[in-house]
Amino acid sequence: MNKTKLTALAAVAALGLALAGCGSDDPTSSGSSDKGTITVGSAAFPENEIIAEIYAQALEAKGVKVKKQLNIGAREAYIKALKDGAIDLVPEYTGNLLGYLDPKATATTPDAIEDGIDDALPDNLEILDVSKAEDKDSLNVTSEFAAANNLKTIEDLKSVKGLKLGANPEFAERPYGIPGLEKVYGITGVKFTAINDGGGPATLKALLDGKIDVADIYSTTPSILANKLVTLEDPKSLIASQNVVPLINDDKATDTVEDVLNAISAQLTTADLLDLNSKNQGADKTAPAVLAKQWLTDKGLI
Amino acid sequence: MSVLSETVDWLTDGDNWSGDAGIPHRVVEHLGYTALTVAIAAAIAIPLGLYIGHTGRLRGLAIAVSGALRALPTLGVLTSILLITGIGLKPSIIALVLLALPPLLAGAYSGLEAVDRSTIDAARAIGMTETQILTKVEVPLALPLIVGGIRSATLQVVATATIAAYVGLGGLGRYLIDGLALSDYPRMAGGSVVVIVLALVLDAVFVALQRLAMGGRATVESAAQS
Repeated sequence: MNKTKLTALAAVAALGLALAGCGSDDPTSSGSSDKGTITVGSAAFPENEIIAEIYAQALEAKGVKVKKQLNIGAREAYIKALKDGAIDLVPEYTGNLLGYLDPKATATTPDAIEDGIDDALPDNLEILDVSKAEDKDSLNVTSEFAAANNLKTIEDLKSVKGLKLGANPEFAERPYGIPGLEKVYGITGVKFTAINDGGGPATLKALLDGKIDVADIYSTTPSILANKLVTLEDPKSLIASQNVVPLINDDKATDTVEDVLNAISAQLTTADLLDLNSKNQGADKTAPAVLAKQWLTDKGLI
Repeated sequence: MSVLSETVDWLTDGDNWSGDAGIPHRVVEHLGYTALTVAIAAAIAIPLGLYIGHTGRLRGLAIAVSGALRALPTLGVLTSILLITGIGLKPSIIALVLLALPPLLAGAYSGLEAVDRSTIDAARAIGMTETQILTKVEVPLALPLIVGGIRSATLQVVATATIAAYVGLGGLGRYLIDGLALSDYPRMAGGSVVVIVLALVLDAVFVALQRLAMGGRATVESAAQS
């Protein structure tokens, strides 16, 4: 075996070791925390991280010992971590949580979803008070298009001929998407364009350029405010509610903890989330921890 | 049921073989994007490659630029172009053309460089013009490597054209992107199988074309060395 081959072998071995190291470095495997400490987790996107920071800082201010394990990833990962006791508390969204716990659930109204979650949650987990703040799919049009076609609700789209709608690909087949528009609102003949950026810049540009008439954009996306888009109302609850709610391990939900978190839920609104996201993703790029502190101070919670 | 058997079910389901969302239509769309991309890229890269190969000028620049192009992540390019052009065919085709340029360029200039200098000197000695040398001596001798460049560009594009679905176009990428969005893994796996089969079939076609371009010579390698 010559020297080059040996070097190559050594490099491969080193890479293998490095990869094996990554494998065992599971961010959720920190083991269960001790009785008095609450480990706050969050999904891996900024808004969820901001809310987790709000929970964490409010609890700390009331003398609760807090550990943070943010940015865990998708629901599959952090719900597992909650069940295992690796984390104790995470900000959740009601509709998606129910959809995850019970894929066959059809509830779309806030109360029905809350009942569904209560039934479907494992025994050691519970949700506390549901806030008014929602981050969900919302159908948006430009203010010019809304004025020209006299649009206020999704139902008004029925009178628009040859409607062009842009959204993530799943919108074409999910119950809240094209099938729901037809079933719930009787809107047919929609020309659908799949734009795979979750209502991000490409979707926004297509809407502003007039390549699509209606865009599915998450309700707390800063671009809605920045471009004065009109979010169409959904009187028949086609799109499931996605209220922000603390999902917590029963053992850690002492009276103090519940009071703190419920006080947050009582004050948190969709407009707050929009504002927090705008500051986080806008020119300032303010860090989640700083935004959380500001919000808590403004609301008189710390 | 395993994803494997569900994938087989997806591939053999008659519903997936008809209509606008069916496999035949998606394959036609996919081949359309691929053909358009390779045609545009070839129209740019092959003349440029022939110029570089014939004159020996700009060679360092061409190597540097095509090296840089190869390093570009196509999805990132697509997203950046998208924000300027908006959705539609344009951003996807531009991103794919950038992907196809380096192998085409390399095939063209290295093909010409591989032609024996004494052959070219001989052509010049018998009074051929530069154009004649290019078209009658260099290009025919370089053809296997030029076709090789087209082959490798086509394979890269056919595999990467799935990203067109990212911005609302069709093609086989629809199965991958929609399947991922809906957690429909059999659809994703089935779509991938179709892309793989398509790539293998195209590659076989190009192997045949390359043999044809060889004329009487034995292998591409010997052509390059001759």
